[in-house]
Amino acid sequence: MTLKIVVLAKQVPDTRNVGKDAMTPEGTVNRAALPAIFNPDDLNALEQALRLKEENPGSTVEVLTMGPPRAGEIIRQGLYRGADGGYLLTDRLFAGADTLATSYALATAIRKIGKVDIVIGGRQAIDGDTAQVGPQVAQKLGLNQVTYAEKILKVEGGKATIERHIDGGIETVEAPLPLVITVNGSAAPCRPENAKLVMKYKYAKCPSEQVEGDPRAALYEERPYLNLTQWSVADVNGDPDQCGLAGSPTKVKTVQNIVFQAKESKTLSSSDADIESLVKELLSEKLIG
Amino acid sequence: MNNVFVYCEIEGTTVAEVSQELLTKGRKLANTLGVELHAVVAGTGIKGKVEDQILPYGVDKLFVFDGKDLFPYTSAPHTDILVNLFKEEKPQICLMGATVIGRDLGPRVSSSLTSGLTADCTSLEIGPFTDVKTGKEYENLLYQIRPAFGGNIVATIVNPDHRPQMATVRSGVMQKALCDGPYKGETVYPEVSKYVSPESYVVKVLDHHVEAARHNLKGASIVVSGGYGMGSKEGFDMLFDLAKVLHAEVGASRAAVDAGFCDHDRQIGQTGVTVHPKVYIACGISGQIQHIAGMQDSSIIISINSDPDAPINTIADYVIVGTVEEVIPKLIKYYKQNSK
Ligand SMILES: Cc1cc2nc3c(=O)[nH]c(=O)nc-3n(C[C@H](O)[C@H](O)[C@H](O)COP(=O)(O)OP(=O)(O)OC[C@H]3O[C@@H](n4cnc5c(N)ncnc54)[C@H](O)[C@@H]3O)c2cc1C
Ligand SMILES: Nc1ncnc2c1ncn2[C@@H]1O[C@H](COP(=O)(O)O)[C@@H](O)[C@H]1O
Repeated sequence: MTLKIVVLAKQVPDTRNVGKDAMTPEGTVNRAALPAIFNPDDLNALEQALRLKEENPGSTVEVLTMGPPRAGEIIRQGLYRGADGGYLLTDRLFAGADTLATSYALATAIRKIGKVDIVIGGRQAIDGDTAQVGPQVAQKLGLNQVTYAEKILKVEGGKATIERHIDGGIETVEAPLPLVITVNGSAAPCRPENAKLVMKYKYAKCPSEQVEGDPRAALYEERPYLNLTQWSVADVNGDPDQCGLAGSPTKVKTVQNIVFQAKESKTLSSSDADIESLVKELLSEKLIG
Repeated sequence: MNNVFVYCEIEGTTVAEVSQELLTKGRKLANTLGVELHAVVAGTGIKGKVEDQILPYGVDKLFVFDGKDLFPYTSAPHTDILVNLFKEEKPQICLMGATVIGRDLGPRVSSSLTSGLTADCTSLEIGPFTDVKTGKEYENLLYQIRPAFGGNIVATIVNPDHRPQMATVRSGVMQKALCDGPYKGETVYPEVSKYVSPESYVVKVLDHHVEAARHNLKGASIVVSGGYGMGSKEGFDMLFDLAKVLHAEVGASRAAVDAGFCDHDRQIGQTGVTVHPKVYIACGISGQIQHIAGMQDSSIIISINSDPDAPINTIADYVIVGTVEEVIPKLIKYYKQNSK
């Protein structure tokens, strides 16, 4: 069967390289100060989608991302790896969204995309670490969900069979399509970018990334596939009150840098005498033994 | 109405420890707010088997949903139960474990009820809040405190206007204790079909395989933990030797787990287990914030590190400057000589 697959992918600040100006005084993430990357788990999700496409000829994989204009890069990186297209949701009204407002925006966009068989995302984003958006999109679209997927074993007869990791074990489940799946970071890694596809798509741009007087303007008329789809709140018939900061029930009250109380510590060497006296001290205080 | 609810997770007929930890926390929050603590559990063949594992943590009222196909857990039926129960009961707070189940269920419920949900809280408190934009003041909100942004900051999150205020908490972060104060201890058995629609049972679990935990890291009174500085899987054998003589459990940093020195389920830290032992021996661990988040409440911290300026040393009670290869065998030797 041919499948229409949408991959949810987020551009995230690389929290593994955090500097001092990472947070704004208002307590939101200062994305401009950090390198932006394709959320790691979302690459695992993309790989599962591309495999399904190969196994089910005629299927399509499209990347859906919500973020600032520069998040168009996520769609390009998807195209370089074999995706067929993508959508960038970008609008000031989407800014400041918590997971509920994010899932509202994504679900509204998926409705606009039309009849989708599989929505597949990463388990969690490294900036929020919440793992909430996938299930919330599923709930908003009234779809079933399978989270923590490790491997999609097969899709057949309108059903998907999926192996998933659960606490302390594994589970195999069968779920009817349409379905939302979230994929673990431990699932198969994503294939690398394909040089030919990079050549083909490197000038692909969303309208907000295009600049006045671009010397390649003619190229975009000649090759329509270089024009990526970009949607605003109005384009997806979204309710502004449910988007962005306005649509977010959770509010950040305060943000603190972490300071650990330094302790007065006793420094010892690795000499026999030092180690023996430490062991004796711990024994006499009944901390060990 | 407006009580504190805890969703209790089960494996077969055994209630998860994280749920009991949350019941203890929930009891305290309910006392602070002057409301009741309610619990909800759903499974198959659980009537008569789970009550004693839940009520003694101070539960005023327990809702037991016992029905076919409620175990193994699937998303939709459990979502139906919580959403419909919460429409009737209107809790102000709902807590669940930050487990695979809690993280599958929580967002679905929060999305249905358009209430906020904060994942992986490390601390929960009650306090006031003033919305700077509207100037509106709120009393008695749940402060959902969690590390954010890769563990580099701690954020306090509130949900001023939406109920329930929902939060998930990892296993081991709160500590369980039987309740010795007064509580009602009532149990009710609602009819499942009134809450779950028949179409919700479409996801089938073909195979469900769970192994009992191979260790008791969370409850251990001594933890010896190895990092990237242990050098290899063989290096970890030495740690297991030390753990054996000390009757300790072995933990690890993420770098050690990622390098394949040790199994993933032994990872300690923000994305692993939280431990509170009497003695924590960090061997070849630098002490990044995400690791410290999971062990900072240990009573005595001993660091063995060849680098005298390793960050972990600032929170250690004893710093042994030296290599693990040299120090660990000596610890074993002098322990054997001096104990008993
Ligand atoms: C979102 C996020 C979540 C994370 N969650 C966790 C988590 O839950 N738990 C966790 O642990 N980490 C976590 N990390 C990773 C964390 O940031 C660190 O990378 C990790 O803790 C480092 O592990 P380490 O101290 O073993 O390794 P290193 O930082 O490489 O330190 C090795 C130490 O060993 C010492 N050493 C080397 N050789 C020897 C020797 N022969 N004898 C004695 N000492 C020696 C070195 O001096 C050094 O201090 C997370 C990171 C992110 C971004
Ligand atoms: N802004 C976004 N655009 C596209 N997908 C997203 C966005 N935010 C979250 N997701 C998807 O939801 C998953 C879980 O995100 P989170 O709940 O933030 O941990 C991610 O791995 C993505 O697949």
